[in-house]
Amino acid sequence: MNFNILSLIIFLPALGAIIIACISNSRAKLIKYIAAIFTLIPLILGVIAFFNFDKSASMAGVMQFQEKASWIPLIGAYYHVGLDGISLPLFLLMDLLGFLVVLISWKIDLRPREYFAWLLLLETSILGVFASLDILLFFIFWEIEVIPMFFLISIWGAGRKEYSALKYVLYTLFGSAMMLAGILCLYFTTHSLDMVQIAQNGIGSYVMVVPTVLMFFLLLGGFAVKLPVFPFHTWLPDAHTDAPTAVSVVLAGALLKMGGYGMIRICVSIFPAVARQWAPLLLGLAVVNIIYGAAVTLKQTDIKRLIAYSSISHMGFVLLGIFSLTQVSMVGATMQMVSHGLITGLLFATAGIVMHNTHERDIAKLGGLARQIPMITVIFTIAGLGAMGVPGTSGFIAEFMTFLGSFGSSVAGARVFTIIAILGILMGAGYILWLLQRVFYGPPQDKFNGTQDADKLERVYSAIFIILIFTIGLDPSILTNIIKIGISPIVHLIGG
Amino acid sequence: MNLVLIAPEISLLATAILVIVLDLFIRRKGWLAVFSLAGLAISFGFTVYLWGVNPQTVFNNMLVVDKFALFFKLLFPVITALVILASTDYMSRIDSFQGEYYALVLLSTLGMTLISAATDLISIFVALELISISLYALVGFLKDPKSSEASLKYLLLGAIASAILLYGMAFVFGFTGKTQLGEISQVIQRIGVPGASSASGLMLGLVLLIVGFGFKIAAFPFQMWVPDVYEGAPTPITAYLSVASKAAGFAIILRLFYTAFSFPTWLSQDWGMVFAVLAAIGMTVGNIVAIPQTNIKRMLAYSSIAQAGYLILGIATMGFSPIVSRLGQSSLLFFLAGYAVTNLGAFIAVIALSNKAESDRISDYDGMGKRAPMIALALTLCLVSLTGIPPTAGFMAKFYIFSSAVQHGLLWLVIIAVLNSVVSAYYYLRVVKVMWFNEPKFEGKVSSSAALRIALLICCVGVVLLGVLPNYGIKLAEIAAKMFVF
Repeated sequence: MNFNILSLIIFLPALGAIIIACISNSRAKLIKYIAAIFTLIPLILGVIAFFNFDKSASMAGVMQFQEKASWIPLIGAYYHVGLDGISLPLFLLMDLLGFLVVLISWKIDLRPREYFAWLLLLETSILGVFASLDILLFFIFWEIEVIPMFFLISIWGAGRKEYSALKYVLYTLFGSAMMLAGILCLYFTTHSLDMVQIAQNGIGSYVMVVPTVLMFFLLLGGFAVKLPVFPFHTWLPDAHTDAPTAVSVVLAGALLKMGGYGMIRICVSIFPAVARQWAPLLLGLAVVNIIYGAAVTLKQTDIKRLIAYSSISHMGFVLLGIFSLTQVSMVGATMQMVSHGLITGLLFATAGIVMHNTHERDIAKLGGLARQIPMITVIFTIAGLGAMGVPGTSGFIAEFMTFLGSFGSSVAGARVFTIIAILGILMGAGYILWLLQRVFYGPPQDKFNGTQDADKLERVYSAIFIILIFTIGLDPSILTNIIKIGISPIVHLIGG
Repeated sequence: MNLVLIAPEISLLATAILVIVLDLFIRRKGWLAVFSLAGLAISFGFTVYLWGVNPQTVFNNMLVVDKFALFFKLLFPVITALVILASTDYMSRIDSFQGEYYALVLLSTLGMTLISAATDLISIFVALELISISLYALVGFLKDPKSSEASLKYLLLGAIASAILLYGMAFVFGFTGKTQLGEISQVIQRIGVPGASSASGLMLGLVLLIVGFGFKIAAFPFQMWVPDVYEGAPTPITAYLSVASKAAGFAIILRLFYTAFSFPTWLSQDWGMVFAVLAAIGMTVGNIVAIPQTNIKRMLAYSSIAQAGYLILGIATMGFSPIVSRLGQSSLLFFLAGYAVTNLGAFIAVIALSNKAESDRISDYDGMGKRAPMIALALTLCLVSLTGIPPTAGFMAKFYIFSSAVQHGLLWLVIIAVLNSVVSAYYYLRVVKVMWFNEPKFEGKVSSSAALRIALLICCVGVVLLGVLPNYGIKLAEIAAKMFVF
């Protein structure tokens, strides 16, 4: 790739946002088409990049599509972007979700100009996080997503939207504050802002002024709020439930993954010794995420809240995989991030359709919809199967790899934690099947007669989700081959 | 005596006098504003011309012309020009005294440029009084009860602070026998004070100096005047106070403490620690008390107390840094520049919105996003910058100042500061939410003069530019941080 494909992909949505901001609110159709174009082109470019990615083993640890420009020479900050095996799948996931959420938002009629402008700006910021190789640039992109999310949730959301939006912002900023302190300590120690360089040199080669444990936990704080890790998870149910459908899709699909990505790229790569030392604690927290998250999911009565809590549980698998510190488990964790993005994205999108068409979100009041809206039922069931980790879907591959890796891990107590965590799958089956049974199956209710089924657009984007879920589920090597070459240098650093 | 060296000051003085004289003759007072702006531009031009000059002292070592002073001579005319542009909407309320208004503002600016160049205790005091007295009058310009009360409070408290400052200067003079800053430092080193107990006169003088200047920069616990004075003053003057007067205070503290009291090391670490604690408490108090505020000017007043806390963090860094490192000073100068454009932008937007809503209450800002989208957007940008969210000047400034603090061993203070940034997000975003989310109370577009909108645009461009491409700003700050020590 000779031209700067990454920068083009990252900044085209922002350009689209600026153009949309200049159009009057009355021309909603034009706004939506522009938004679609400015997310479709990055998606096409992303797919081109995906197929041009060199998967050979010799590229392990090498950043591809790199662009580096001097930005603030006085502090050694560069505009440095690139992709490797870990970031390419996540980058492409956001690329795809960016386009799909524009389709999901097609029916928005309240202030479409601002809505799509913020949505596109959000996409730029998340793409930037996954592509950044300079720590300051990473942090800046990380923070930029806060303001669009604040507006998107508080204006177009439902329920206690202002409360949820503010809670989201304050939690995120708190995590970022910790991360900033960690970044400053790291910069002070290494006098460099190059993530990959610092990891390769090894933190031990620098003179320690601040204990590495402190830096590790400060940085982890930011990522832990994002993933989220118990006990910093309480923002998630509120934000997910009260956000508009498309925003929930982006939130669950990509924003949570920023946390997991940060943990792998910064915490584990740069501080492998500390990671190994404290891994048991984090595995314990992962198990709490999985089991406690699943337990609370079982008692939810609102569709979106149920799916939100299930995200906490699924992200527990990611945490388990990352801190088992083996090749297989970390590849599994990354697979889980991609797979969960697709599956939960589809779950939220379909839940949104159900809520929109039936005007009901309380599970107790729904029931027997399979007769009236069969297409939606099928889509939701497939998504549910993916969430349960049924073989054939990407969810199974991800969970299986994670558990395989964590069971064979040399981290103290990993085996016990894995066995407890597997209970989470059982509980997952519980809440998904129970949800399906209560909402869709059972005797049909008269008040839902004539409910509109999925229209053409909704069927199109649901099909895209489903095709991807099954493709990855049936031939996971298209992703695992890529992720492997990203993870192997990190595992090398950990020495495991 | 090479008069060209003080040409910026002379041009400011000449402009101020000419404005008063012209006021007698011309009928259309708008020309006075144009004339003041021209004078400021000339002063700015002279400063640019003097940029390449060798650092040297003038007036028998009373004033110095070095990059540090020239940096402020670039900054203050810009701030004053923006304030004058923003004042155009207020001219209807101060009809017959427009000449005096512009002259006082210009004289205050003159005082500020002088204080950034002052290297002698006497010239510091004279310049400080020039700034303060002009500001006392400006605060009370609206002649309504609130404004007059604010002015009186400012006058009384300011006079007490000046008296304490002078007392502190007397102690320092008594201890060292010198008033010139460089000579004070030499005497202290020559005497060789091994510890605080043997230099009680000096320590007492230092404490009183910190109190006196602390009043000016709204440091805790000398910040009680800020909310009332900011609320009562005409909003352009509030903006001017919060940005320029603070910057002047920081300029002189930087120069004074760096030049006179950097040696011996225990001394600089002593006052460094004092400033660090003041910073920590100031930030926390400012942020926490800002949360329940319902008046936007009071809220911004408390926010500026908190921002002063971050700036004082820079002074503390200077106290703990080895003499070769100028990181503390340069990060503080960059923060001042970023803070200036951000806070000015916020206040200018408040001028426009409050004028139309005819109230300063935050709840009356409901739905301003619909009534005045561009101005509301500008205010949002400035509030986001004050919180410290990228890609704005506020974030870059905080990053730079925090990184310098970490590098000089003040990690505990940086953690307090970042946590405070999170707390501040609450009240800044509350205004943003009210503007964009709530329905407007009254309909009708918000109008504002072209001058005000130009000023707002300049501020917003500054905020974004310093946030995305801070390189030139940082370089300028680093060059300026080198103070000429005689």
